[in-house]
Amino acid sequence: MTERKVRVLVAKPGLDGHDRGAKIVARALRDAGFEVIYTGLHQTPEQIVATAVQEDVDAIGLSVLSGAHNFLFTRVLELLREKGAGDIAVFGGGIIPQEDVQALKALGVKELFTPGTSTQDIIRFVRDNIRASV
Amino acid sequence: MAELSERAERERWEKETYGPFVDRTPERGLRFESLSGIPIRPLYAPADLEDWRYAEKLGYPGEFPFTRGPYPSMYRGRFWTMRMFAGFGRPEDTNARFKYLLAQGQTGLSAAFDMPALMGYDADHPRARGEVGKEGVSVSTLADFEILFRDIPLDRVTTSMTINCTASVALAMYLALADKQGVSWDRIGGTMQNDMLKEFIAQKEWISPPGSAVRIVVDTIEFCAQHVPRFNPVSISGYHIREAGATAVQELAFTLADGFGYVDACVTRGLDVDSFAPRLSFFFDIHNDFFEEIAKLRAARRIWATVMRDRFGARKAESMRLRTHTQTAGVSATAQQPLNNIARVAIQALAAVLGGAQSLHTNSYDEVLALPTEEAVTVALRTQQIIAEETGAPLTVDPLGGSYFLETLTDQMEAQAMAYIRKIDELGGIIRAIDEGYPQREIADAAYRSQLMDDRGEKIVVGVNKYVMPEEKPVSYLRLDEAIEREQVERVGRVKAARDAATVERRLKQLAGACQNGQNVMPVLVDAVKDYVSLGEISDVYRQVFGLYREPIIF
Repeated sequence: MTERKVRVLVAKPGLDGHDRGAKIVARALRDAGFEVIYTGLHQTPEQIVATAVQEDVDAIGLSVLSGAHNFLFTRVLELLREKGAGDIAVFGGGIIPQEDVQALKALGVKELFTPGTSTQDIIRFVRDNIRASV
Repeated sequence: MAELSERAERERWEKETYGPFVDRTPERGLRFESLSGIPIRPLYAPADLEDWRYAEKLGYPGEFPFTRGPYPSMYRGRFWTMRMFAGFGRPEDTNARFKYLLAQGQTGLSAAFDMPALMGYDADHPRARGEVGKEGVSVSTLADFEILFRDIPLDRVTTSMTINCTASVALAMYLALADKQGVSWDRIGGTMQNDMLKEFIAQKEWISPPGSAVRIVVDTIEFCAQHVPRFNPVSISGYHIREAGATAVQELAFTLADGFGYVDACVTRGLDVDSFAPRLSFFFDIHNDFFEEIAKLRAARRIWATVMRDRFGARKAESMRLRTHTQTAGVSATAQQPLNNIARVAIQALAAVLGGAQSLHTNSYDEVLALPTEEAVTVALRTQQIIAEETGAPLTVDPLGGSYFLETLTDQMEAQAMAYIRKIDELGGIIRAIDEGYPQREIADAAYRSQLMDDRGEKIVVGVNKYVMPEEKPVSYLRLDEAIEREQVERVGRVKAARDAATVERRLKQLAGACQNGQNVMPVLVDAVKDYVSLGEISDVYRQVFGLYREPIIF
């Protein structure tokens, strides 16, 4: 039996257009051997969750640099649970103050990466924490 | 003969003095290159400028090709405009910050709008949830503009507005406000960013596809040339291109290519180049590589002047003279040891001044964490005032002109940028290049390369991959009250409820008509915003008439 590759959806929720980080992470994960889908910009939480379910991904990486992270991460987690897809891991990154990082992790976000993070750290996180569903 | 001897002289020095010295005391590393990847020699000397002619390359400030500066006296006349970008929360919050900055000696306003306003949604739209007032000030109707500029006479300040796909609406609101204050349009000054081409390339705020987006930009250029003569309708921006990951050379090339794209579109509409080109302005990023950034601004002026004269047939000197706003590089700031950003900003700001910028925003050290606090903004403004008042840098025009190194670098950046510009011409112009994803791909590749260099420690970032401190003291930062969104939603609701529905309907129909039949939208927009037609409603007309843009997915 061959093991299926881990599938990651990299997504840009909300109106924020800062996609440098999201694209770098998408490419770094792809180069590290994961299967990566990038949503493109300006996605609603509903669109992201629909794509995640349809593409049967194992994890969603959200990138938010607009300050709207509390609303957007929380909404994605809620919608995943509503769709019975609460097993899809959610991680992310952006300009997110430490106290918000703690609060979002308490709500179920697996990991949040802030400015200065190496792509190696993100690859290591996915490798160690995300398993392909069977 | 003299030239030969210069080269021979340097070769002799390399062989007899430099070589033996580095054999004993080796150089630090193998790669000496600029941030753009231009190799840097150990020494620049007359040998580097052997075919170089002063009159052709530099000339005199205020004269073609403007390499040394767009104005004859530069900072001996007056300092650059110290313009701090500000905007957050409700219009009253930003109005208070504006007044604080003016009281601290700032000389021009610069408004940041929130994401819903930048993307064409009112505060009460579902897509605005969680984003109202976060990255800038929340604005939906003229009622918000009235509060934003309360007690600020529009004939006494100049205002820069960083807004793009909805710039036509913001401009209309500013003009409507001038009417309300009794200030005639020929007495107001300022700048709309209004640069849609770089949105598709880098900043990614859009409504409609490039063709119709540029058409609206041309409407504003044409309208300002006729009715608002002191306003810069477009700020052709490299800043976002650089921040998205471009090198300095790519920033220079794509920005100028965008500029030529607008000139092309205006000329195609039938405008005389000298009727609008004097009011086109620019906006460049100033990053860490000190000399490369200075060279970039000088090369930009020379390329613009030459192409405007030779390709577009400009006759007025003002049409060939590149004026630019600058901002220190947000992307160079680090969340680690954030006070180090004060030093980075000071050095970048000095480069902007030595490069001959007309206006400057210095970033606050805490912006990598959240919106800047008043204290951090004050330090950033004081940095400019120290350069202006204490360093002596503004005493003479283009103080580094003639430096063997800087002139060589200026020539190299010009040559490399021109190669990109020719490539874009071959693709059929900048709009075609964008459709093919060419600049987007070049930037994504450069951003990825730069990230890998950071990750491998090939590029040193102080406090991040070298001189790291384990325990960091938290800095305090600005937090916005979550009640702001609710208040703004209620406000736009009240304004909309108080309007005459038939009038709003009529204005929106007029706008749709103008969009369809190619009539300039600006007069219709000014009337519409005076009747409190909202930014979101106007953007809906753009969406319906022009359709939505969908980006090519490139990563």
